[in-house]
Amino acid sequence: MKDKILLAHGSGGKLAHDLVEKSFVPALANPLLNRLDDSAVIDFSGRLAFTTDSYVVKPIFFPGGDIGKLAVCGTVNDLAMSGAKPLYLSLAFIIEEGLPQDELNKIVSSVRKAAQEARVEIVTGDTKVVNRGSADKLFINTAGVGIIPEGVNVSGDRAVPGDKIILSGNIGDHGIAVLSQREGLSFSTQLESDCAPLGSLVARMLAASSDIHCLRDPTRGGLATTLKELAKQSKVSIRIEEEKIPVRQEVLAACEMLGFDPLYVANEGKLVAIVPAKDADKVLKAMRGNHYGAEAAIIGEVGAEHPGRVVMKTCMGSSRIIDMLVGDPLPRIC
Amino acid sequence: MCLAIPALIKSIEDKEADVEIGGITRRISLWLTPEAKVGDYALVHTGYAINILDQEEGEETLRLLREIAKAEE
Amino acid sequence: MKFITEFRQSELAEGLISQIHRKSKTPVRFMEFCGGHTVTIFRYGIRQLLPETIEMVSGPGCPVCVTANADLDKAIALSRMPDIIITTFGDMIKVPGSYSSLQKAKADGADVRMVYSTMDALKIAEENHDKSVVFLGIGFETTAPTIAASVLQAEERGIKNYYVLSMHKLCPPVIRTLLDSGEVKLHGLICPGHVSTVIGSHPWEFIARDYGIPCVVSGFEPLDVLQCVAMLVEQVENGESKVEIAYRRGVRPEGNQEALKLIGQTFKPCPTEWRGIGNVPDSGLKLKNKYQSFDAELAFDIDPGPTYEPAGCICGDILRGVKTPADCNLFGKACTPENPVGPCMVSSEGSCSAYYLYGGNLEG
Repeated sequence: MKDKILLAHGSGGKLAHDLVEKSFVPALANPLLNRLDDSAVIDFSGRLAFTTDSYVVKPIFFPGGDIGKLAVCGTVNDLAMSGAKPLYLSLAFIIEEGLPQDELNKIVSSVRKAAQEARVEIVTGDTKVVNRGSADKLFINTAGVGIIPEGVNVSGDRAVPGDKIILSGNIGDHGIAVLSQREGLSFSTQLESDCAPLGSLVARMLAASSDIHCLRDPTRGGLATTLKELAKQSKVSIRIEEEKIPVRQEVLAACEMLGFDPLYVANEGKLVAIVPAKDADKVLKAMRGNHYGAEAAIIGEVGAEHPGRVVMKTCMGSSRIIDMLVGDPLPRIC
Repeated sequence: MCLAIPALIKSIEDKEADVEIGGITRRISLWLTPEAKVGDYALVHTGYAINILDQEEGEETLRLLREIAKAEE
Repeated sequence: MKFITEFRQSELAEGLISQIHRKSKTPVRFMEFCGGHTVTIFRYGIRQLLPETIEMVSGPGCPVCVTANADLDKAIALSRMPDIIITTFGDMIKVPGSYSSLQKAKADGADVRMVYSTMDALKIAEENHDKSVVFLGIGFETTAPTIAASVLQAEERGIKNYYVLSMHKLCPPVIRTLLDSGEVKLHGLICPGHVSTVIGSHPWEFIARDYGIPCVVSGFEPLDVLQCVAMLVEQVENGESKVEIAYRRGVRPEGNQEALKLIGQTFKPCPTEWRGIGNVPDSGLKLKNKYQSFDAELAFDIDPGPTYEPAGCICGDILRGVKTPADCNLFGKACTPENPVGPCMVSSEGSCSAYYLYGGNLEG
């Protein structure tokens, strides 16, 4: 009979200690975590970037990743989008009673690998187990901190007319990869989630230009929602071209089949950068030299008229307004 | 209404087929198109082929549109 | 993607647009009946590409939008009954009924599952012997044969716990009702592409013959719609009114005989209520006596309660092409895609939703 997580594993007693000391710590080992103090104590100087996130993705294992990898990459990316070098993460599990131990082990292993690639350490954590039905297998909450180098000033309100908009690669991979596993929508695809830590990509970009204005990762709500947020925050208009946006065949095909618009599908390993026109080519070149920016492209520019508006030039040459995603996109027959 | 997309029939088993579009594959039903053959393009709506695409007509339409484009230059 | 990408080439669009501008002299109003065409027109900004002589108006071709509140209430009531699994296309989940929606019922504990195909629903029925699986049959003639096939497959496979709540609608009868009402003057009809794939082009002939309105059956890519408009303009300027097929790769004049046979085998026409339009004779489908055992309305004692129409909602007028979303007091304020009051805002094909997401105020 396979081992399963029980309520007792979250109660602070022997089972809980064993879980932490025999599973989590050995996998994620680092000097701060190994101390198992109530808090990790860290020396800092400079500007601290601080973020938090919760992960409730379903299913918890999907092509190209799992909730563990997602948790690390998502948190790391939020820090990177402020121009910070991601350093330390906290990791809290809320486990549904009955989750098989080997599934939890696989997820912890994914956390370890992702943290290694992102060069961050998991320095503190927490584990709770809830009754069957109270959590969908596993929820993860994280917090992350990083240091923003001197002179770097990246913020959603810094876009100005004339700036260029660069997208780091193909959109829609994550959303469609996850969807392909959902009951009732089965289709087969080689497509994998693009889930990835972007700290190293951002570091290259900041080395190429000291004046990157905005960085944001288009997760839930997709590229469209992110651009709309930036346009509103910076009080500018944004104009993009449909033909310049990189999208994989499979994503287009799945979107056609289900009635989705790739602009609204989630990504977990992409970023949008808004940079001064004079730096655009340099930054683009730097991005293309990194594994996660190989397909980067300039997709549009920032304007002054109609602040807050995002417009896309369609492949037909006409223009259409792009708005935020509302609710969850549902596949349609019509 | 009636989202249906053209997908290439790769294999047929009884009244079902495996189709492919842009690298995505899916099993669909051929209940409405018993005449379907491997290599045909099925018009797929909610998992059923509602028609077999007439490839010649498709090419003919494109040829017509190219003529119009030329004439209007 | 073959047969999709080629029909999105801008170089070919330029030729069609140029021809339309050159030939269109008479001011006309064309209606696209089908919600899928509404989406294409908005998504590719087709209106902007057309001359001022052409006004485009949307019709009631969104099966979700025209599902009567009373029918939706039945589906919601069913979802609340014990041991019932509701299987439905995604389109229906957020549509507000009189008091609730399937999404809300699901949050309250109802077993409502979204499926892409009736094939998935049949599988759920086979895997859940102790429950009754009800499929919400919406859609026009494009979808009806797939539901017919599902009933026949259930019979073949001995599946006894599969039911259909038929809310299917037929297009030609409602178009006749619309034209008879005289509310909107039309000079051309963009005929639904995939409905025609099933029923062929002959059923539209009465429109050209009895009402003198040019009809062209169109595909769903931007070049298809532009080609269709070009052909309508040609007919108008030549003083003709006939039915033509632009979407020749997808539609034969006689339609799909096998699909029609399956519909005829399992369903019979019945009068049905269209939201915003009222009762239209012979415009719905009911399972024939032979397949009664699959009819959810007969199998279950459904009590949906009294029907309630939200005040201020003018979905009906919008569906008939008499008003536009901009004319609605609730549009964008009380009624948004996040909090829809009427179905035109929920369905991604409904005029209001398309207008809100794509059309907006590009000019303003």
